[in-house]
Amino acid sequence: MKKTKSMTLNFGPQHPAAHGVLRLILELEGEIVEKADPHIGLLHRGTEKLIENKTYTQALPYFDRLDYVAPMNQEHAFALATEKLLNIDVPVRAKYIRVIFCEIGRILSHILNVTTQALDVGALTPSLWGFEERETLMTFYERASGSRLHANYFRTGGVHKDLPTKLIDDIGKFCESFPKIINDLEDLLTENRIFKQRNVDIGLVSKKDALDHSFTGVMLRGSGVPWDLRKSQPYECYEDLDFKIPVGKNGDCYDRYLCRIEEMRESVKIIKQCLKNLPKGPVKTVDGKVSPPNRDELKQSMEALIHHFKLFTEGFRVPAGNVYSSVEAPKGEFGVYLISDGSNKPYRCKIRAPGFSHLQAMDYLIKGHMLADVPAVLGSLDIVFGEVDR
Amino acid sequence: MNVNNLIKIEKLINSELSSKISRSEIKYGELLFETSVSEIVSIIKFLKTDERFKFKQLIDIAAIDYPNNDKRFELVYLLLSIENNFRVKISIKFETNEKIPSITKIFPSANWMEREIFDMYGIKFLNHPDLRRILTDYNFKGHPLRKDFPLTGFNEVRYSEKEKKVVYEPVKLEQNYRNFDFSSPWEGTKYLKEVKESKKNEKN
Repeated sequence: MKKTKSMTLNFGPQHPAAHGVLRLILELEGEIVEKADPHIGLLHRGTEKLIENKTYTQALPYFDRLDYVAPMNQEHAFALATEKLLNIDVPVRAKYIRVIFCEIGRILSHILNVTTQALDVGALTPSLWGFEERETLMTFYERASGSRLHANYFRTGGVHKDLPTKLIDDIGKFCESFPKIINDLEDLLTENRIFKQRNVDIGLVSKKDALDHSFTGVMLRGSGVPWDLRKSQPYECYEDLDFKIPVGKNGDCYDRYLCRIEEMRESVKIIKQCLKNLPKGPVKTVDGKVSPPNRDELKQSMEALIHHFKLFTEGFRVPAGNVYSSVEAPKGEFGVYLISDGSNKPYRCKIRAPGFSHLQAMDYLIKGHMLADVPAVLGSLDIVFGEVDR
Repeated sequence: MNVNNLIKIEKLINSELSSKISRSEIKYGELLFETSVSEIVSIIKFLKTDERFKFKQLIDIAAIDYPNNDKRFELVYLLLSIENNFRVKISIKFETNEKIPSITKIFPSANWMEREIFDMYGIKFLNHPDLRRILTDYNFKGHPLRKDFPLTGFNEVRYSEKEKKVVYEPVKLEQNYRNFDFSSPWEGTKYLKEVKESKKNEKN
C-alpha cells in the first residue's frame, strides 16, 4: 500500500467563498477534511470596548456595523436592553414600525444568504435576481433613516422619525410583488439537481448537537427544534401577529435553505399585517429625559432646548443594574448583556452574536466531508464577520 | 415569562442547591444566582441534566472587570431552557490570578467563549483543550477589555512601502484622545417624594 501524508491547506482570509475575512486551516487526507481550525478576529474592531466609552445614544450606531446585512435587528436588541433598564414603554406605532423594519432586515439577510449559498455551489443567476430586491429594500431603509446600511434608526424609546406616507404605500407594493421573486428563486434552486446534490445530507446536525453547540435561529430550526424567540418570548407586537415558524426535518444544508425561503414568505405576511394595522400616534416615548425634542419645539420652548442640549452632551443616565435582552435576528438569537453603573455610559456591554457559536461548530460540521463541501457548509451557516469578530 | 413562575424556579433551585448558592435575586424579570468558583461546574452540570430544569443551551458567558473590587472579575453564564422556556444567569466572582474550571466538557460551545474571555481579560481556564487568543491579532500583548487598557491601544499597523510589508509601530496621535466627561455634578431636582423617603431611611 502506498503511504499518504495529510496536507494542511490555508483557506482564506481572502477567498470569495469565505464570506468575509475567515481564515480556515484545513487538514486534508486526500480530499477528505480531517480537521478545520477557523482563525477569526481579522475584522475585530473592539466594539464592546468602544461602547464602554460612549453614551447610550452614541453606542447605538455600532450595532449597525455588527451584522451589516440586517442592521436594524441588532439595534433592536440594544434598544430593548436600555429600555428594560430605564423601565420605559415604547408607543404602539413605534413597535409596529420596528417590527416592519426587523422583518425587512430578515428578508435582506435571507436573500443574501440564500443567493450567495447558491453562488458558492455554482449558480450565478439567483444572486443577480436577489440583489435587485435587496436594493429596493435598502432604499426603504434609506427613506426611513437616511442611510442604506448604517441606519441608526431605532432609538431608546422608539424610532428616530415617523415614516413618510409614500413609503408605507411602497412597502405595501413591495409585499405584493416580492412573493413572485421568491417563487422565481425557488424555481431556480429548490428542485435543481446540482443544488440538491451539493446540499442534501451535507453538514448534518442532530437535535442534541445543535443544542450543545449553542445553535440558534435557522441553524436550530433546520434540525427540527421549533424554537423562535418571536413566538416563545415575544417582544414588541409579535404576540398579535399571525405567522408560522418553518422547521426543518433533517438538519442538513438543504433544509436550512428551505427554512430561509419559507421565513421570507412569513416575513412578508408579517409586514403586510403591520402595514394594515399600523396605528396612529407618536413614534418615540414622550419622556423628555430620554428622547430628544422635535426641531420646531427647540425654537419656542426653553425646556426643550435644555433637554436637547443635555441629551446630546451628557446623554441620559441609566439606573444601575444588569439585563440580558435578546431578539430573533435573521441569523439566530442576538443578545445584549448590558451592565449599567448608573452613569451615562454602559459599564459593560457583552454582545452575543449568533454567528460566533455557529462558526465555532465548523470543525464538528465539516469533519469527514470533502473539500468541495466546505463552501456549501460555510454558506449555510450564514456567517457575517461583522458580528462574529465584533 | 411571568414573575410567579420565576419565583417558583428560584425556590426550587435554591432548595436543590442550597449549600452551593450564596445569593439569588429576581430583577427586571430575570433570575440571577451567585455561586463560588469551585461549584460552578457541578451547578451547570446539574442544571443541564436535571429533568425539571433542562437548561440545555449555553447562550453566552460574559466577563466583567471591576478593578476596584477585591474580587476583580465576574463571570456570568447565561443559560436557556428550551423545553421550559426560561433563562437563568449564574455569576461567579473571583480574584485576578484565580483559575476557573472550564465547562467545555458540558457544553462544547463554551470553547470559544472561554477563549474570548481569556483573550479579552486574561482569565485562565483549567482543563480547557485549546486556550489560545481568538479575536486579537497574532502576537498581541495585553488584554483589551480590562478597564486599565487604554482605548487607543499601544500599537498601530501600516503597510510600509519601503519594507514591502505590514509594520507595527507605537500609536502616535496628532491629538490626544479626548474623553470628555459630560456627566454633570448637578443631579437635577430631587422630587419631594424621593427626599421624604430617603429621610425616612436615614432615621431607620
